[in-house]
Amino acid sequence: MWDYTDKVKEYFYNPKNAGVLEDANGVGDVGAISCGDALRLMLKVDPETDIILAAKFQTFGCGSAIASSSALTEIIIGKTIAHALELTNQDIADFLGGLPPEKMHCSVMGYEALRAAIANYKGDTWADDHEEGALLCKCFGVDEGMVERAIRVNKLTSMEQVTHFTKATGSCSTCVEDVEGVLTRVNAEMVAAGDLDSALAYNPARSAIPQRRDKVKSSPLGTAPKKELTLLQRIRIIESAIEDLRPYLKADGGDCELVDVDGDRVLVKLSGACVGCQAASVTIGGIQDRLIAKLGTPLRVIPVPGH
Amino acid sequence: MRPVYLDNNATTRVDPKVVNAMLPFFTEQFGNASSMHAFGSEVGAALKKARGQLQALLGTEFDHEIVYTASGTESDNTALLSALETQPGRDEIVTSTVEHPAVLALCQWLQKNRGIKVYYTPVDSRGRLDVDAYRKALGPKTAIASIMWANNETGTIFPIEQLADLAHDHGALFHTDAVQAVGKVPIDLKTSEIDMLSLSGHKLHAPKGIGALYVRRGVRLRPLLRGGHQERGRRAGTENAPGIIGLGVAAELALEHMHDEQTRVAALRNRLEKGLLQRIGHAFVTGDAENRLPNTANIAFEFIEGEGILLLLNKEGIACSSGSACTSGSLEPSHVLRAMKVPYTAAHGAIRFSFSRDNTDEDVDQVLSVMPGVVEKLRELSPFWKAGEKTSFEPTYA
Repeated sequence: MWDYTDKVKEYFYNPKNAGVLEDANGVGDVGAISCGDALRLMLKVDPETDIILAAKFQTFGCGSAIASSSALTEIIIGKTIAHALELTNQDIADFLGGLPPEKMHCSVMGYEALRAAIANYKGDTWADDHEEGALLCKCFGVDEGMVERAIRVNKLTSMEQVTHFTKATGSCSTCVEDVEGVLTRVNAEMVAAGDLDSALAYNPARSAIPQRRDKVKSSPLGTAPKKELTLLQRIRIIESAIEDLRPYLKADGGDCELVDVDGDRVLVKLSGACVGCQAASVTIGGIQDRLIAKLGTPLRVIPVPGH
Repeated sequence: MRPVYLDNNATTRVDPKVVNAMLPFFTEQFGNASSMHAFGSEVGAALKKARGQLQALLGTEFDHEIVYTASGTESDNTALLSALETQPGRDEIVTSTVEHPAVLALCQWLQKNRGIKVYYTPVDSRGRLDVDAYRKALGPKTAIASIMWANNETGTIFPIEQLADLAHDHGALFHTDAVQAVGKVPIDLKTSEIDMLSLSGHKLHAPKGIGALYVRRGVRLRPLLRGGHQERGRRAGTENAPGIIGLGVAAELALEHMHDEQTRVAALRNRLEKGLLQRIGHAFVTGDAENRLPNTANIAFEFIEGEGILLLLNKEGIACSSGSACTSGSLEPSHVLRAMKVPYTAAHGAIRFSFSRDNTDEDVDQVLSVMPGVVEKLRELSPFWKAGEKTSFEPTYA
């Protein structure tokens, strides 16, 4: 079961602006029944102001495809054509509170339909746009321009992401090398333009090599919190640190309790077998190290006599 | 609202009688059957009884013909890999295009990484195996032929005895993935040509995590897992005593309910199928309606997509499944529907309803009352639907 957000469910169960817009003056059709999803976006644009007065959709597809289509209409109604063209598929996904990664192509389909409908309104032939790039994925009818836009807009850096966003390579996989080429080229261009960290850019050679984890030097005693702590917070941390150590002390028949905190001096009382134990100073040293690690500030642990 | 569970080919409810039989073996009789004390021996006795119960369901003659595993997938993998290992001169496999991934993905891997030649026997538009193609694919190099007893998506039953016979004509082993068939159709292995058979407990009201592989006496088996001497050294690992005991009781119950499954459950399925086709246009049954499991109906609804159907049904408390792309995370409709060349207009909208003895007439009534509205709602949304006619949808890319 997909982990759809409540908003996706709401827009699927009760889609807004579903159906045919009779007096549409901009219509965009994308997808196909063979691909498993298809969307017709119908716009009514005011020719004077270029404002989108109404938008409706018809969608064949899964829950998130229907929700994405409906969300798209909600986002664009009232916007000018110019403003609508600035939107990306990410805006659709954001509007819905996010989509599962495998379903991002639903938002891309909405984005593509918007471009198609606006082109249709302007009287442009959308096909011209598509001559920019070759048809890459024949199974799902995905061309180079669409892959490139999805990569740039969403900063995609892996083949898996490209499939999730555009469906390209998702079926027969014969276009893997072509799509890989586009991803490599576009990522390189993005790095050159300063839009992408070169370490993240897709590198087909590297993808086969096991990657080392970043070795962050971490202390098993835990990492220090950064913010200035109040006295109460300090005391709580100290007490919980002592609590963590207590089983070890008890195992040796000893115990320890916090007496006071005075600036950087932490006063503790050792009891049981710890009293008079020759290793007591080692124990105190251990407690001190642990508290320093937990609090991130220098301090001294001072044993005070009991009773 | 009473939930309606019609996804029994995915998994079944564990029968409470099964659970009761299992419970003592967690906290009281928890011993290791191999141990030399009372804790062990009482478990050993229970396992022996459970093996007998499963034998009765499968109609096997010898108790050592059953090797317990952890799943149907493990059984399938054991069977195929063992067949290749025990017959070094034979490096070909004959299977079908509609197998479960437990067989299909393994075959593809063997092809790619072990240089094994694999023949995928096609099916026709009703899911029936092309027996001629199967016969032609068999040869002196065939190590094993592996054909499922019944298909999990459409319920179509294959002519297993005939296929086993043909395999033996070429001296090849015959294995069947009977995960969907065991418990639903009568099986009598002692009179059968089948060499190996896989089954999975959770498809017949036993828990998940227990499966078995039948290995006919005399058939050599190389273990998949090496280690202890359990299962006569053919499957190492401490026996899953509660699982085995649960599977035993489930097998006994399946035998008891076999008649019910063949009659009452089949009638429920048929009523649902007829009722849906009467109420909803542009819908058809996929698979071989003449020859299929009594519990399975796979119906394709044209011009809509399966995930939407499942989500809307789920909202009404009805659980079933779909062969559509969107529900699985893959981008294409199921390999079974594609192998049957179900048209794309319908393949994305194919829904599987799978019954069990737990289902009732009320379940069917509920689906019949809800489904027409669900289909209509989605068709209203679909750009391909206009009162049953295709609209002029002209995509800018396709």
